[in-house]
Amino acid sequence: MSDQYDVIVLGSGPGGYVAAIRCAQLGLKTAIVERERLGGICLNWGCIPTKALLRSAEVFHYMQHAKDYGLAAKEIEADLDAVVKRSRGVADKLNQGVTHLMKKNKIAVHMGEGTLKSPTSIEVQGEKGAETISARHVIVATGARARDLPFAKADGERVWTYRHAMVPKEMPEKLLVIGSGAIGIEFASFYNDMGADVTVVEMLDRIVPVEDADVSAFLEKSLKKQGISIMSGAGVEALDVGKNHVKAKIKGKDGKVEETEFSHVIVAIGIQANTENLGLEELGVELEKGFIQIDDYGRTGVDGLWAIGDCTPGPWLAHKASHEGVTAAESIARELGNSEVHPHALDRRNIPGCTYCHPQVASVGLTEARAKEEGYELKVGTFPFMGNGKAIALGEAEGFIKTVFDARTGELLGAHMIGAEVTELIQGYVVGKTLETTEAELMNTIFPHPTLSEMMHESVLSAYGKVIHM
Amino acid sequence: MPIEIKMPALSPTMEEGKLAKWLVKEGDSVSAGDILAEVETDKATMEFEAVDEGTVARITVEEGTEHVLVGTTIAVIAGEDEDPEEAKSLEISEPAPQSPEPQKAEEKAADAAAPVEAEPSPEPVARSESEERIIASPLARRLAKEKGIDLATVSGSGPHGRIVKADIDSAKHGPEKADAAKSAGKAPDAAAPKIEIAQDTKALLDERVPHTVEKLSGMRKTIARRLAQSMQQAPHIYLTVDIQLDKLLALRSEINASLEPQGIKVSVNDMLIKALARALIDVPECNVTFAGDELIRYSRADISVAVSIPNGLITPIVSDASGRTVSSIAAAMKDLGQRAKEGKLQPDEYQGGTASISNMGMMGIKQFTAVINPPQSTILAIGAGEKRPWVMPDGDLSVATVMTATGSFDHRAVDGADGARLMAAFRNYVEAPLGMVV
Repeated sequence: MSDQYDVIVLGSGPGGYVAAIRCAQLGLKTAIVERERLGGICLNWGCIPTKALLRSAEVFHYMQHAKDYGLAAKEIEADLDAVVKRSRGVADKLNQGVTHLMKKNKIAVHMGEGTLKSPTSIEVQGEKGAETISARHVIVATGARARDLPFAKADGERVWTYRHAMVPKEMPEKLLVIGSGAIGIEFASFYNDMGADVTVVEMLDRIVPVEDADVSAFLEKSLKKQGISIMSGAGVEALDVGKNHVKAKIKGKDGKVEETEFSHVIVAIGIQANTENLGLEELGVELEKGFIQIDDYGRTGVDGLWAIGDCTPGPWLAHKASHEGVTAAESIARELGNSEVHPHALDRRNIPGCTYCHPQVASVGLTEARAKEEGYELKVGTFPFMGNGKAIALGEAEGFIKTVFDARTGELLGAHMIGAEVTELIQGYVVGKTLETTEAELMNTIFPHPTLSEMMHESVLSAYGKVIHM
Repeated sequence: MPIEIKMPALSPTMEEGKLAKWLVKEGDSVSAGDILAEVETDKATMEFEAVDEGTVARITVEEGTEHVLVGTTIAVIAGEDEDPEEAKSLEISEPAPQSPEPQKAEEKAADAAAPVEAEPSPEPVARSESEERIIASPLARRLAKEKGIDLATVSGSGPHGRIVKADIDSAKHGPEKADAAKSAGKAPDAAAPKIEIAQDTKALLDERVPHTVEKLSGMRKTIARRLAQSMQQAPHIYLTVDIQLDKLLALRSEINASLEPQGIKVSVNDMLIKALARALIDVPECNVTFAGDELIRYSRADISVAVSIPNGLITPIVSDASGRTVSSIAAAMKDLGQRAKEGKLQPDEYQGGTASISNMGMMGIKQFTAVINPPQSTILAIGAGEKRPWVMPDGDLSVATVMTATGSFDHRAVDGADGARLMAAFRNYVEAPLGMVV
């Protein structure tokens, strides 16, 4: 039997649907299998709807601080239902966008639960029954889900994952957030802005532990100032889930265990790959802690079977998944004889990360500590928002930008930012890193005035003792 | 003061070389004129002589080291009345002192990237090389400068062949030391089994076919780069003529008979060199270099003669071939050919020339087209002389010794009609050879 498709993509998140579009652009006959909603977690339950929620929280925050800007706003209140409704509206709009993109690129959409029957054929269990489709290549892009605590499963009533936290039925009064990665901190920030009493518990010795230590320290101070309780080096030992409350046994830094009552708990301790029951083990695909092991181009080692995104080793970020999707699509096209494409292998050091709390956090590359561990001699620059005209005009004088250079070669090893709009600024450094810039090009670049981006310039100048506005 | 022996610039454009062989060892006493070492540049191996007397106190660059920058200290010699032990501990000065000033370092990096531009040279060959823009990332440029790697010898793996950091890392370590290239800055790649093979090679490799992988010599890299440049940049036109050789063969016999007492033997090729040179003087439109906005016209014909040597090819030059006698050309070619095969040509003996000739007749090739040797505009490809049916001027069919010659011309500089006139002139000299010896 000849294959129906050149490529089938299993999963339609930001990895899968981007891979499918790229395949179609390269002239490959492409299908995509999705069990729930096109767009995956990112569009429907992740990046996008949270940004909508956080935007509401931000506006709310500004309204509460209207006086700071010489404005008056009275009887300000938050309508959680309306905020959530807006967020869902945004997700729906993008979901339709992906549907349109599939149609435009003539990608066949098979709705249903997919299982691999061979490396290149998939049984799709849809509403109307099962069908088996086959292709010359299959890309697994099944993503991941929140990891549960071993002692308390998230039930959506009192114990939530991000997914429940996205569509709350009620406003939590006293909220415990377990885990201080991007997801935990964003919800802590959102619910704090919306008026909840929030406590964050982090097992490691600092919050946002993947970020530079200076950023963690600054964020902790800032969040505390906003009223969030932070317990780092602490662990939740047990949850006693009642009808109207949750009692949490928390072991603090000092080793003492205390029981505290909360109205709700958000579990954000990490993610787990959606790689069960797909038939991967049977095909001999190598899994490590559930994540599919791949080479730099997405090959699993089983002929014709590829994997990208959150079901593979991290970082588990939408833009990393999209990049891998394009790489895998182009690699497949190349294997099928298209010599015009030149797939670009993922460079893990050039993947930016963003956290949309208030203040925002964004980074790329090595932290100062990590660079030191790797034996680099460093030149490190920092520049505070306080020294930037635009930041002061915005009323956002909180934060800093830190840059880490290899003293020997001038290579930009890492950049770490905290403050207003830094998630929009970081790409400047990412472009620089991808182009293999040194400090010289950055110093010679003219940054527009007045912008927050001037701080990116000053931070580099500061690393080389040439800072102007300090 | 102990004397630091530095990597010599054995030609005006040499920037680095391979320290091929040490002919002295530590403790040896040397006097001026002694050969210290053999240095290999991209095309030739040259001997490096001592200019001072003394004792070799220390050898600082091991033999076999590649990419040794000109000016790098390679050995320390203690003077006559100095203690070699003391000289041994002499602190060695760096060839290019590192500047802590980043702006300055940047400028230097730029210099390294386009080395030839910074050093105008009368050599047309060098000039053409400087026209090639090398695409490399700022970091790659700086690293190359630091490691003394010539970017022209590095192939880029980035977009559009851009040279990136990883290329410099692998160039630095070379295939045999690539284990060390798994440096901190690289993503772990434990799965790759054959780590010693460069990424570029890996991409091309079919593991199913038995194979070996070897590193390119400097000469092979130069040939590859220059021929690729020629085919990519110079639109070639090819003009083919059949030429009757009988009169030239007869004249050659006469000349050789008369030169026998002097021990000189003129080959057919020597006479063809002469014929080409005369033709170029007659048709100067083909004795040119296309230089972008300008055209260089040469008023002398220096003929580069392709000589096959082990693992490559080199083009020693017969300068002023039209003004010389064929016996002089024969003597020059004998000497140049011999030394070319030994790898002992001086750079000015193979760099330059205004047009080339390549003869594959001795290998039985009937006809072929040659790639223009940049920045020249003309190359002649000579096939085998063989007996063929030939229509004589009176219309009778007879048998004649005939060869097929094909000229390749850079069509940017040379029009087809000019190329045709050159081929006609060349044929006339060969078919009426007295015209070129008198």
